[in-house]
Amino acid sequence: MSHTQEHAHPSNRTYVLVAAILGVITAVEVGVFYVEALKPVLVPILLALSAAKFTLVVGFFMHLKFDSKLYRALFVGPFVVAVAVMLAMFLIYGVFGG
Amino acid sequence: MSQTDAAAMEMHSATGQPNRKILMWAFIGSECMLFGSLIIVYMVYRGKSLVGPYPEELLNIPFITVTTFVLLMSSLMMVLALSAVQRGDMKWGKIWLFMTALLGLVFLGGQVYEFSHFVHEGLTLKTNLFGGSFYLLTGTHGAHVAVGVIWLLSLVFLAQRGRLTQANAETVEIAGLYWHFVDVVWIVLFTLIYLLV
Amino acid sequence: MAVTEASPAGASHAHEGTYSGGLLSWITTVDHKRIGVMYGVSAFFFFLVGGLEALLIRLQLGSPENTLIDPDLYNQLFTMHGTTMVFLAIMPLSAAFFNFIVPLQIGARDVAFPRLNAFSFWVFFLGALFMNASFLFGGAPDAGWFGYANLTSTQYSPGMRVDFWVIGLLVLGVSSIAAALNFIVTIINLRCEGMTFMRMPLFTWMTLITSFLLVMAFPAITVGLVLLMFDRMFGTLFFNPLAGGDVLLWQHLFWIFGHPEVYILLLPGLGIISEVIPVFSRKPLFGYAFVVYSGILIAFLGFGVWAHHMFAVGLGPVANTVFSAATMLIAIPTGVKIFNWIATLWGGSLRMKTPLYFALGFIAMFIIGGLSGIMHSSAPSDLQQTDTYFIVAHIHYVLFGGVMFALFAGMYYWIPLVTGRMLSERLGKLHFWIMLISFNVTFFPQHFLGLHGMPRRTFTYESGLGFEVMNLMSTVGSMLLGASMLVFIWNVLRMFRKGEPAGDNPWEGSTLEWSIASPPPHYNFRVLPRVSGRDPLWAEDTSAAAPGDDPSVPEPHMPGPSYYPFVTSVGIIVMAGGGLTLTLPVVFLGVALILFGIYGWALQPLEH
Repeated sequence: MSHTQEHAHPSNRTYVLVAAILGVITAVEVGVFYVEALKPVLVPILLALSAAKFTLVVGFFMHLKFDSKLYRALFVGPFVVAVAVMLAMFLIYGVFGG
Repeated sequence: MSQTDAAAMEMHSATGQPNRKILMWAFIGSECMLFGSLIIVYMVYRGKSLVGPYPEELLNIPFITVTTFVLLMSSLMMVLALSAVQRGDMKWGKIWLFMTALLGLVFLGGQVYEFSHFVHEGLTLKTNLFGGSFYLLTGTHGAHVAVGVIWLLSLVFLAQRGRLTQANAETVEIAGLYWHFVDVVWIVLFTLIYLLV
Repeated sequence: MAVTEASPAGASHAHEGTYSGGLLSWITTVDHKRIGVMYGVSAFFFFLVGGLEALLIRLQLGSPENTLIDPDLYNQLFTMHGTTMVFLAIMPLSAAFFNFIVPLQIGARDVAFPRLNAFSFWVFFLGALFMNASFLFGGAPDAGWFGYANLTSTQYSPGMRVDFWVIGLLVLGVSSIAAALNFIVTIINLRCEGMTFMRMPLFTWMTLITSFLLVMAFPAITVGLVLLMFDRMFGTLFFNPLAGGDVLLWQHLFWIFGHPEVYILLLPGLGIISEVIPVFSRKPLFGYAFVVYSGILIAFLGFGVWAHHMFAVGLGPVANTVFSAATMLIAIPTGVKIFNWIATLWGGSLRMKTPLYFALGFIAMFIIGGLSGIMHSSAPSDLQQTDTYFIVAHIHYVLFGGVMFALFAGMYYWIPLVTGRMLSERLGKLHFWIMLISFNVTFFPQHFLGLHGMPRRTFTYESGLGFEVMNLMSTVGSMLLGASMLVFIWNVLRMFRKGEPAGDNPWEGSTLEWSIASPPPHYNFRVLPRVSGRDPLWAEDTSAAAPGDDPSVPEPHMPGPSYYPFVTSVGIIVMAGGGLTLTLPVVFLGVALILFGIYGWALQPLEH
């Protein structure tokens, strides 16, 4: 196997930092869950926090932020289709409280 | 695993990227639809159970937060393992790989505990729609974690026997992609199942 | 043409050795050409099986209140006819072309993962046998190829019939996803030097798009099948309305898969047509980029129209309108392709050979099928047509008049490359005319039967409803249609005895598969080609694209045979059998075989 590291991968420091942020977000998620005052906006907040964690893992741990565009296309294409199909089904079934 | 298919067949790579990594990313794309469909089932049946126990009576947020954290940290171990193998530091490569698998096992143990607790509380596959869709969704995820653990332990074993070296960093990278994706799925499930209960 | 001069007397270059060797060599082979041949032969066999099932159905419907076939057998026949034609005939016939042609078209020596390729084939083949074994064990699946819940529940479908269907389709899904992933990587990464995406042959393009559809569509049906399996085996409540289960969820999951599946069946055919028409018109494809992009657009839109199969279930006016509109949109990229083919033919110097006959037949039949499709893309119109023979007519105009005509065009076009011998033009044209006429006699009346209210999936009809004449026509037509297959089979058998040697490029094709001998040597290209345009063999200078089989260059090393893919797929079937009978030891045996196969596979070097 001869291919070398063409793309600068983040350092171990970055990895630890990302993991720390992931831990903090998780703590915030659970914290928000228990705050009575935030009940009305709980869903958007949690979805946003979850999306942030998702992006961090995919972007940094899976190197999608630094890697070839090919992988981004391979992932984002099916991901967008999956999300679109899910949203359509949620709308049809009134999952969002319809 | 000494040779990739491409090397053995003197194939030329049109994109300069390794075959197996493209394969893994395409597979992950397919997995998006798999978990997407399972999530559809869970969400469509949310609140549709006619008899209890209902999710809000059973789900233990503090407990699952701990196992979620464990799984997140396993992803950190995984990137550290890859970076050690890429440096040629097989000693730490093995340690981090083993740690990743170990944290994966801890997560699985948590799931086994959770499932047996729920069954004890009267929730089985057949009890209601929540039971069926919950066990199917989290069980499918758990099965993915289990496959990942077996894969990682196989890599540790190969490294121990000297058959996994710096030259095979790609093998570790691909196992890592799989592992992180399974982690990412859990990030979504944690929010949808436990926090948006 | 420069090509024919470059390698004269093609017959002497033929590599009969590509196919030599005993049964064991076929079981362990990882050569994409041999795997392609195995796909083709077994898929054609199942095509005949599905065809015989159809003929029995037509015999039963030939006269009113017929008692030739009882309702129970009738249900099995139409279920297995649909399932067989979709999963065991058309998809693997396309896979045969993917396997044999795509690596050659992109100038590669094999697919990216040769052993995974063998695995895909064996899982398909054993899965197909598994599904059909149901006939011997208490009857075949009988709940329709769409298996609507809750007809499939243990209450309404006791016994193992539906279990065979559920587990069989799960197994076939493994094969399809593995094969599709393999072709995605192959096409992305093994293109020869100079072959940019926008220089790829159209068939390769459509294979790539089809592969993406496969990996994205199959998970949805996999989940649906798992829910159904859990309902039947473990007593879950997913499709049990008494416990709040929603039977429509099955329909959604099935059609989220099922509609892209239609394009999985269709796009390879569109790719074949886009190869055949330019070659026999002697000019490059008109509007190449439009054909590519409309293929991509069809695939994307294909994920947004599934509920048009469900207009009658009561989704409400908003959902029906949205899905109606999205469905109508698909007519645009499809129309673009048809215009491009016609524009390619326009002003070309047509050579009226059998492949072009089938391609032209395809265009005409596919337009009819497309138009009836647009008719029921409108929800109010569909409410009149759904569940009638109008839909049966439509699907057969698209899948037989469309896809099968295209696949036959592909067979007549590429079989000389596969075997090194030409099929008879005379018999080919005879086949075409019988097939075209009998196809229309069979299916055109079904439009009217449907509009007059004849329901589908019903084993008989009363006399005096005005259905007799058109049903009899349809039955007579179907017998002729079956006979046309005999002409084709005769043509193929005759070819082995007295078919003329094909030479290297009998049709003067423009793509790389024609730059090497027919049949190709096991390594395909001794020197990898290099292209600098879309139709490399029609270029002024073909020396880089067709470097020739220079014997002074050493033969390339190719991956060695392996029995692990076969062992792994046997393990999957053993596991399926254990699941079917709920025998845990058999399941564990299957898992053990799979693990043995996978570890052996992972640790075995590719060459040995």
